[in-house]
Amino acid sequence: MQEHDISFVRAEMVANSTPPAAERGIVRWLRTNMFATPLDTVLTLLGLLLIAYTLPPFIRWAFIDAAWTGPDRSVCATIVQGGLQPDGWSGACWAFVNAKFAQFMYGRYTFGERWRVDLTAILFVALLVPLLIPRVPYKFLNAVLFFGVFPIVSFFLLVGGWFGLAYVPTSEWGGLLVTMVLSFVGISISLPLGIALALGRRSKMPVIKVLCVVFIEMVRGVPLVTVLFMASVMLPLFMPAGMTFDRFARALVGVSLFASAYMAEVVRGGLQAIPKGQYEGADSLGLSYWQKTGLIVLPQALKLVIPGIVNTFIGLFKDTSLVYIIGMFDLLGIVRQNFQDSNWASAQTPMSGLLFAGFIFWIFCFGMSRYSIYMERRLDTGHKR
Amino acid sequence: MKTTILTGVLGAAALGFAATAASAATLDDVKAKGEVACGVHTGLQGFAAPDDQGNWRGFDSDFCRAVAAAVFGDPSKVRFVPTNATERFTALQSGEIDVLSRNTTWTLSRDTSLGFNFAGVNYYDGQGFMINAAKLPGINSALQLSGAAVCVQTGTTTELNLADYFAANNMEYNPVVFQGFDETNAAYEAGRCDVYTTDQSGLYALRLTLGNPDEHVVLPEIISKEPLGPVVRHGDDQWFDVVKWTLNALITAEELGITSENVEEMKQSDNPEIRRVLGQEENSTIGSALGLDNAWVANVVAGVGNYGEVFDRNIGQGSPLKISRGLNQLWTKGGIQYAPPIR
Repeated sequence: MQEHDISFVRAEMVANSTPPAAERGIVRWLRTNMFATPLDTVLTLLGLLLIAYTLPPFIRWAFIDAAWTGPDRSVCATIVQGGLQPDGWSGACWAFVNAKFAQFMYGRYTFGERWRVDLTAILFVALLVPLLIPRVPYKFLNAVLFFGVFPIVSFFLLVGGWFGLAYVPTSEWGGLLVTMVLSFVGISISLPLGIALALGRRSKMPVIKVLCVVFIEMVRGVPLVTVLFMASVMLPLFMPAGMTFDRFARALVGVSLFASAYMAEVVRGGLQAIPKGQYEGADSLGLSYWQKTGLIVLPQALKLVIPGIVNTFIGLFKDTSLVYIIGMFDLLGIVRQNFQDSNWASAQTPMSGLLFAGFIFWIFCFGMSRYSIYMERRLDTGHKR
Repeated sequence: MKTTILTGVLGAAALGFAATAASAATLDDVKAKGEVACGVHTGLQGFAAPDDQGNWRGFDSDFCRAVAAAVFGDPSKVRFVPTNATERFTALQSGEIDVLSRNTTWTLSRDTSLGFNFAGVNYYDGQGFMINAAKLPGINSALQLSGAAVCVQTGTTTELNLADYFAANNMEYNPVVFQGFDETNAAYEAGRCDVYTTDQSGLYALRLTLGNPDEHVVLPEIISKEPLGPVVRHGDDQWFDVVKWTLNALITAEELGITSENVEEMKQSDNPEIRRVLGQEENSTIGSALGLDNAWVANVVAGVGNYGEVFDRNIGQGSPLKISRGLNQLWTKGGIQYAPPIR
């Protein structure tokens, strides 16, 4: 048998040729995402125009022309306004934020005692970060430390009056400290309490069910502002003369109960999404109510409502600003209060202060939202879409 | 007596409550707890606002310090309690604060049915007008404002006073009404009205935040009486006396030329009145009659200065606000600040 010359058949594959220039890289990305249709093109151009109009003046105001340091309002005001800047000057007054930074963080917390706040913050981060990273072991111990030991330690650390630590009344607290304490307490109480309320509302025991329904509907029916206002204006009048609740404790209770009611409804939404078969399956395995709830229902229900839970957390974090009603000053409150310092009053001060406060709030809220997305993807084992 | 019971409930969700026995003897209570609980504004330029270190500065805050200096000889023994407009009265009634020094206008109803006593007037304020002189040249009196658009905050006595004033003078005006202070300021700055009206001290504070303050002029007319003063609870005359005479001491010290700098030298003064006020007289009862140290006036002046110094430092020429003394000048210099004799 003669061997045929089969050299006209290629022995190896032809290398892929690169796509045409218009179908690859940045050009393709632009064509599909920015200029796919005439409408897209118009919108893209409008967007670019908007950025071109707003961004350079903003950068100029916020960075190039900004007053970064200075002793008082003179660096943030033009000559006619009684300051040092040339006429027509307009720039951010970061000197104000700079001078008041410690106050924005600690409020009026006693000067020499601020290391206690720092220590609490370090503990908080040191315990929270490993808890958030799934790969780190000892989750149970970590959670016990974070939700059980840390609150007690930080309570003694921050309030003081024990172990030779000076007592710092909560009326001196302020700024980011108040925002963080309120949100931490609110979040760590509202989740368990909300779950309990949600389970109670679906309970077949009439007393528990009615109690939970009444609580949830009462609390949801009244604005938080009203509750805080009542607590600060009406409550002292009902108490025996001279008896006053600590304002901060009032705020903590109000905010926590509030968030719990909302959380309960979020969790109930998750509970309702679990098919009846899951309950029946658990029953047929002979699981008790708590086993069924803890092992079958809640893990599935909570996973479903992560976006709702985080939504409530973020709402709670921002609602802490309402404590200004009872004369406490969270981050936003203390920034606004400092607008009233006549040494810093200028046309630029409010905008700069509010931008700063907004930026801090954004960092926290964005962090929470990104982490929730990460968690959702990680836990979303059955319903990936 | 103050006992603080802090109960830890659910970790950091600790529910704390402080029981303060607000008996009639406020002075004894204050001495026992070692500090004066003083209600101030949550933030008002020149009257009560935090400085860079977070210390309360301002005209009202310094009055709190003066009371502390009178009682303890130490102006720092104050606990400042920021209060808002509605909360201030409850805080005083419930005993949360011992004295309220927060831009509170002295009116009949507050003095009587709310159950308070006003310890005097430490600042005579009144509603005034500010105009944009670049837009309205040649106007130098509120009586020339007929037909003007006036920016005013709704729901305030300011709005009612404005209506009364224009009606009484047979003038027309267009009210441009806003809900909050910030919106009203922004509207005025943006030129939506020709005239801005609020309390005069507020007009001076607003001027600091305007883009072009030189264009804006505060007109001389004052159309309402807003006597502001420190407030205490009814029914404790001793404490009322202490607060009242602290204010009188500040004014008297200015009248006699006693300042925070010369108070020590003044103790050796040849003027018997000065020596008496400073508690240098034989068998002096200047302080003991009030339940205080005989050197209490000297302590007040050494601690915060006299009335003029306090005014100047916080709202007067020594401050960015630069409010002129006006009615708050001493009676000997054309104002109406007048204190009964300390003897």
